[in-house]
Amino acid sequence: MKIVFFCLSRIIQLLPVLLGITVVAFLLLRVMPGDPATLMLGSRGTPEDIAKLNEQLGLNQPLWHQYLRFIGDLVQGSFGRSIAYKADIGPLILERLWPSLALVGLSTIMAVVMTVPLAMLTAVRRGGVIDQIVRVVFVMAMSMPAFWLGVLLVLLLAIYVPLFPVSGYGEGFWDRLHHLILPAFIIALGTAALTIRSLRSSIIAVLGADYVDTARAKGLVERDVLWRHVFRNSLTSTISVLAVHTSWVIGGTVVIETVFGIPGLGSLLVSSISARDYPMVQALTVTFATLVVIINLLTDLAYALVDPRVTLS
Amino acid sequence: MSAPLLSVRDLKVTFAGRGRTVTAVDGVSFDIRPGEIFGLVGESGCGKSVTCRSLIRLFGGAAPSRMEGSITFEGRDLVTLRNSDFVDIRGSRIAMIFQDPMTALNPTMRIGRQIQEGLIRHGRLAGRTPRQAAVDLLKSVGVTAPERRLDAYPHAFSGGMRQRVLIAIALACRPKLLIADEPTTALDVTVQDQILKLILKLRAETGMAVLFVTHDLGVVAQTCDRVAVMYAGRIAETADTAQLFAKPSHPYTRALLGALPALHGKQDRLEPIGGAPPDLSAPPPGCRFHPRCRFAVGQCAREEPPLLDVEPGHLSACLRMKEIA
Ligand SMILES: Nc1ncnc2c1ncn2[C@@H]1O[C@H](COP(=O)(O)OP(=O)(O)OP(=O)(O)O)[C@@H](O)[C@H]1O
Ligand code: SF4
Ligand SMILES: [Mg+2]
Repeated sequence: MKIVFFCLSRIIQLLPVLLGITVVAFLLLRVMPGDPATLMLGSRGTPEDIAKLNEQLGLNQPLWHQYLRFIGDLVQGSFGRSIAYKADIGPLILERLWPSLALVGLSTIMAVVMTVPLAMLTAVRRGGVIDQIVRVVFVMAMSMPAFWLGVLLVLLLAIYVPLFPVSGYGEGFWDRLHHLILPAFIIALGTAALTIRSLRSSIIAVLGADYVDTARAKGLVERDVLWRHVFRNSLTSTISVLAVHTSWVIGGTVVIETVFGIPGLGSLLVSSISARDYPMVQALTVTFATLVVIINLLTDLAYALVDPRVTLS
Repeated sequence: MSAPLLSVRDLKVTFAGRGRTVTAVDGVSFDIRPGEIFGLVGESGCGKSVTCRSLIRLFGGAAPSRMEGSITFEGRDLVTLRNSDFVDIRGSRIAMIFQDPMTALNPTMRIGRQIQEGLIRHGRLAGRTPRQAAVDLLKSVGVTAPERRLDAYPHAFSGGMRQRVLIAIALACRPKLLIADEPTTALDVTVQDQILKLILKLRAETGMAVLFVTHDLGVVAQTCDRVAVMYAGRIAETADTAQLFAKPSHPYTRALLGALPALHGKQDRLEPIGGAPPDLSAPPPGCRFHPRCRFAVGQCAREEPPLLDVEPGHLSACLRMKEIA
């Protein structure tokens, strides 16, 4: 109950932020050179044709008028119509949303699964062989361009050793999971590179805390000290690193989506921007902003779960 | 005189780091008898905490590079004991409470669970449920409404309450030796007094020995049976409390006593003497106190004074002991 109330109040608090984001998105698009009518008609379009199309699309109206119409549609639960696809935007986005969410979700899970044991191991045995290896591997993973790493892994694990499909999104749950493993893994490597470093240093800091000595003074074996007393107290800063990075990943998976042919939101955004599909880009901006808001909400819930001093209010 | 519970001989603890080595404890010897409260006094940085931590081998994540000498406890040498055997001693035979109760409890674990952990670890529930055992312990350290407190987190507790909880945790398994490293320094004066009385009461009830570290000679007079005065990693003087106050024989002890206010009012860290304690990575030659000693003569800068008898059970490390006493 408290949680529901907390979520609602947070969403209400964040509405102005969402509104601000729509204004920025709206203005940015209009500042960009090129307009949809010219792009759609190509070099064959006469000035008259262009003007006529602009009128059809409502682009000859004053900016504030266009903006109000956009907000009006939004309030009625509609994203309007796409210029490039000549179809309602809502269903188009929804169709692309699931692959993106699945990709981000899977990669986040993978990152967490890699981070927890590796951060623990490298923090406890800092300066040791494993610590060095982990550091080198993740620095390399981070400094390689995602597309290059993608191509490399496809060559290795999809072509030479055909464990995974080369590209596409598949049909049905298991097939899709199978298709998402490689791309999600590449994203997860980037995420884990950040979160391992963050969690490792938190663990090292917590290891010197007084209450860890209190725990050891009880006679607890080191394994219990680590999991019961050190781990949970090390999580907070890593949760925010993970949240910020995941927010970024949601919009930043274009390269991976392209390499692996996954029909996600990232590639839709890129194609819509180059087509100057204003309504679509606006709708996507709102979608991304909403997702980021949801991630922030989940982050706050995670804080409260980890630290009893954090209260939901 | 009963056989000692703990016997420290020539303990030397060295930390290596960033190109300099610090010998924080340099040849310290003392005995603690069963049931005795043994005070350890000295200015900040003289090695009191390092001495304490050596006895339970807990260094807050910064272990020393070398430990020499011997620490005999119940027939075993704690300097050479394997880590896997040490964990069985911690909490059950030797327990420790730390200086700052605000940071010594896990902020994300319920109080009850923190108290139960040691009991469960050492199998000391004695037929009670963990919850009941924790309630009993909280009662014994004077926490009111213990049932209700078990499910609270530390942030709901005051400093004094937390120190009581920490004492409950330390005493859960009835250790033979409690190490209390300045257990009251971080607390309000009135609370300090309550905690001191609590430790005295629990000592009387359980017969445990206490190694009691403090800056405050007034507190020593109130609580300790015997006392050692430390200076720059060494013991300057050790005696029964009554002897020490009646016949302080080391110039450093005298200076500490000279700084003692007549009434046991609020007292800040002892800084009774001009100058600062030496840097332990490069201690002065001869008597370590000589740069600050009112009685120093030329010989003091060359010769290291050994700990010698002043009277039975009373030792002092000063070359001019006979003249001064
Ligand atoms: N882990 C460590 N690494 C390096 N040097 C240390 C370490 N722990 C303690 N020292 C040094 O050892 C010396 C003695 O420290 P210690 O904490 O025992 O003093 P203390 O007598 O307890 O002082 P205080 O009254 O301030 O608690 C200090 O000079 C300190 O800098
Ligand atoms: S040996 Fe010398 S310097 Fe040291 S305490 Fe005695 S008189 Fe002072
Ligand atoms: Mg100390």
